[in-house]
Amino acid sequence: MIRVMLPFHLRNLAHVGAEVSLEVAAPVTQRAVLDALEARYPMLHGAIRDHDTKQRRPFLRFFACEEDLSHESPDAPLPADVASGKEPFMVIGAIAGG
Amino acid sequence: MSNVRVLVGTRKGAFILTADGKRDKWDVSGPHFAGWEMYHLKGSPVDPNRIYASQTSGWFGQIIQRSDDGGKTWHQPGTPPGEPTNTPDGMPKGESNKFAYDAAAKPLTTHQWYDGTQHPWEFKRVWHLEPSLTDADTVYAGVEDAAIFRSTDGGQNWKELSGLRGHGTGPNWQPGAGGMCLHTIILDPSNPKRIWIAISAAGAFRTDDGGETWKPINRGLRSQYIPDPNAEVGHCVHHVAMNPKRPGVLFMQKHWDVMRSDDAGDNWKEVSGNLPTDFGFVIDVHAHEPETIYVLPIKSDSEHFVHEGKLRVFRSKSGGNEWEALTKGLPQKDCYVNVLRDAMAVDTLDKCGVYFGTTGGQVYCSNDAGDSWNAIVRDLPSVLSVEVQTLP
Repeated sequence: MIRVMLPFHLRNLAHVGAEVSLEVAAPVTQRAVLDALEARYPMLHGAIRDHDTKQRRPFLRFFACEEDLSHESPDAPLPADVASGKEPFMVIGAIAGG
Repeated sequence: MSNVRVLVGTRKGAFILTADGKRDKWDVSGPHFAGWEMYHLKGSPVDPNRIYASQTSGWFGQIIQRSDDGGKTWHQPGTPPGEPTNTPDGMPKGESNKFAYDAAAKPLTTHQWYDGTQHPWEFKRVWHLEPSLTDADTVYAGVEDAAIFRSTDGGQNWKELSGLRGHGTGPNWQPGAGGMCLHTIILDPSNPKRIWIAISAAGAFRTDDGGETWKPINRGLRSQYIPDPNAEVGHCVHHVAMNPKRPGVLFMQKHWDVMRSDDAGDNWKEVSGNLPTDFGFVIDVHAHEPETIYVLPIKSDSEHFVHEGKLRVFRSKSGGNEWEALTKGLPQKDCYVNVLRDAMAVDTLDKCGVYFGTTGGQVYCSNDAGDSWNAIVRDLPSVLSVEVQTLP
């Protein structure tokens, strides 16, 4: 199972806690994880990625294993510890605004 | 006795204020959607318990929320959690927060940017939701960058009425300080094919065929901040109001100037009269006296707060030109709040109630048509919008 950590407002939209678990078939990529997340929680469509282009929203970042993966290819394999469920894939809201 | 329900959108959540017809004791519910910018909430005239809300965030984008029980519970209309987002034949199901511009709209693809160059349309948020007068599942959305969308399935799916963007003047539309927003939608109770809208900074527009085609209706507006002050489009209209019992008589608060039209917007004349300043955002019309109108003058476009540190609503009982200051119960010194364009509303009780919310977080109510005022709440987040429902 892949673990995904969501920021406060997305948890509220999806009616979940801080972390959700998802079945994701290999290869485990950013795109595959987000596709699975949106399929399970359709209210998150458009809130993380653009509906059509699938580009990450500008004020969101993706972290895992103490690395910033925001600018990695969405089709690049995620770290093995994310794929194994040892570490979560983290969706983070940028520190901006009030 | 009738009740009123005031729907307040703020920069950090929504609040619902309720009272009986006396409008002197209030219950406050909220914050709903705490931490989100709630640009606008509005109830259906057909089913008052159906309320639509625009929830938005710079981080997470646009969300549409809907309540079917008068604001007690909310949900995002669209695909329920856990269900596939595509039908068996691969077609996408409802995505209530998806506002896709009609790419086929011709000839328009760009508008004017702040520096005068052309810029592509980019969806940012929903500023205003206007439920249909006849069908609880039909609702219109005014969005930034300026366009109008319609949902006929309770907010699940949205389709642009692209004739507005497509009629040709778009390259001369430009954003104001708040963005290029379509903020006013008025439905004509006497003619289901007629809709008025207004855009900052493009002007007012009207359709007479249910949204297929639109025309600018800005004759008589004069704006010094565009190269041709009398241009067909480019005017920064802040808000337009109409008494539904008198369709076609419109009142407008422009960036500067208070205007009125007696011919459905074909021609406008200035009625600023003796106002201390004719800059402002809100304007509204008394529910039972169609020549009684309200504005709240703001000092200037450079100083977005009330004039002379005094919070004053101005009322005209003659449809403009002659204005009286309404001050009883409102702070008359050291007040420097603003009142934004969708933050004034009137109820339809016998003695018309008037409501407005400030950027300082106060929501004021007058239960006597403006003669006196009381703060319902004083310390909300900055208020973006105020609507009121008069309930049986």
